[in-house]
Amino acid sequence: MNLNWQFIIDSLPLYREAAWTTLKLGFWGILFSLMIGFICSIVLYFKVKVLKTIVHIYIELSRNTPLLIQLFFLYFGLTKVGIALTETACAIIGLSFLGGSYMAEAFRSGFEAVSKTQIESGLSIGLSKTQLVRYVVLPQAFSVSIPSIGANCIFLLKETSIVGAIAVVDLMNVTKDLIGMYYQTLEALLMLVVIYLVMILPLSLILTWLERKVRYAEFGN
Amino acid sequence: MHKEANEVLLEIKGLFKKYDDMTVLDDVNLSINKGEVVVILGPSGCGKSTLLRCLNGLEKIQGGDIRYRNKSLVDKDVNWQEIRQHIGMVFQNYELFSHMTVIENILLGPVKVQKRDKNEVMEQANQLLDRVGLLDRKDSYPRQLSGGQKQRIAIVRALCMNPEIMLFDEVTASLDPEMVREVLDVILGLAKQGMTMLIVTHELSFARAVADKIVFIDKGKICEISDPDEFFTHPKTERAQHFLNKFQY
Ligand SMILES: Nc1ncnc2c1ncn2[C@@H]1O[C@H](COP(=O)(O)OP(=O)(O)OP(=O)(O)O)[C@@H](O)[C@H]1O
Ligand SMILES: [Mg+2]
Repeated sequence: MNLNWQFIIDSLPLYREAAWTTLKLGFWGILFSLMIGFICSIVLYFKVKVLKTIVHIYIELSRNTPLLIQLFFLYFGLTKVGIALTETACAIIGLSFLGGSYMAEAFRSGFEAVSKTQIESGLSIGLSKTQLVRYVVLPQAFSVSIPSIGANCIFLLKETSIVGAIAVVDLMNVTKDLIGMYYQTLEALLMLVVIYLVMILPLSLILTWLERKVRYAEFGN
Repeated sequence: MHKEANEVLLEIKGLFKKYDDMTVLDDVNLSINKGEVVVILGPSGCGKSTLLRCLNGLEKIQGGDIRYRNKSLVDKDVNWQEIRQHIGMVFQNYELFSHMTVIENILLGPVKVQKRDKNEVMEQANQLLDRVGLLDRKDSYPRQLSGGQKQRIAIVRALCMNPEIMLFDEVTASLDPEMVREVLDVILGLAKQGMTMLIVTHELSFARAVADKIVFIDKGKICEISDPDEFFTHPKTERAQHFLNKFQY
């Protein structure tokens, strides 16, 4: 099998830039997903009136529609009603809209895992509501949630591969263009795979390390 | 053990508690003097745990009054965070915080709730841990301890708040038989020091040894309040007799 190494070397800068874009989208997407997810799960945990219903609707909407459609809606749909967002903004909003509900579920399962007896035990030593949440509920919820939070982070980073559909120059888009222009299909796809691996593997390792650290107290190794 | 001048710490008057439509505590009257050890006995489901939980503000009550140092705990504006520092509680299922080491478990209340100096609390914690023979387990996590060890730590955690009264709810019920002793010894030690305690237990010989007063509850009502020797040799009510018979083979 003969690979066209010259082509690979020549297209490296393009890939590098696209990888950077993908990472940026992934970073903001994950960050906002975490924030949205956390807030939603708090609303659900404390059963905040009205907001609870809104969160439920959001989660159903977000989980039961494909990201591609969400992106099209943001990019093409909103333009029709006079709201024009940049591709990057659409991509980040789309990812956060999707990721938020996944993160909400992850956090919620953590909150629900905190047993009533742990909470009563906290109350019985005189902790206030806020202290209880801060010192007991959050740390315990987090150590239960962290594996799914990690899985969601990787899922979201991979999911960025779809934003090319709304003209963001990400890795997928660059690859498609290169294939279209030079027909170096194998090389282009190979580079795509390698770069995704190079981005995701370290993230995955960091997450595994974090997970072990956070879960050590309660679950050991 | 020995009664001090009759200073009433805790007074329960006409306490009435329902879960939905089911009456669980019915007109319970009981007062606990300073330094007194009161043991509550009664068949399963008679409302013992519920009574203790009411005294720690973990359950709402539907009638009657609970007074601590003559201050009603039934008022709407009662500050339970404050009261719970004086009324410590240890549960059946050694609920140590699973994400914290032993010493972190012990320090949390005194440092965060009572805002005491960490070093001072640490010293007290060390002394108490030493007394229950667990000083070397200070940095362990609960999952690394046996049931009996966890329960002794739970007692230390409650004691470190310097409570005036301790409530114990069947603290040996989930323990293997060989661990029961080590926990009961700690409680017996507290009794000798004059700690005021309200103890729910199924360990009858322990009850007899530790109690100043036995309270027998059946179906949510107090059937009799007796001196321990009297209760175990000549129970006044038929129900108590029946209860005691069940423990004899
Ligand atoms: N949260 C609850 N909701 C409804 N009913 C309850 C609840 N907690 C307890 N009960 C009922 O109240 C009654 C008294 O329960 P409680 O736990 O106080 O009994 P107990 O005397 O401590 O029994 P045991 O010796 O088995 O611990 C029981 O009939 C029980 O089923
Ligand atoms: Mg009970």
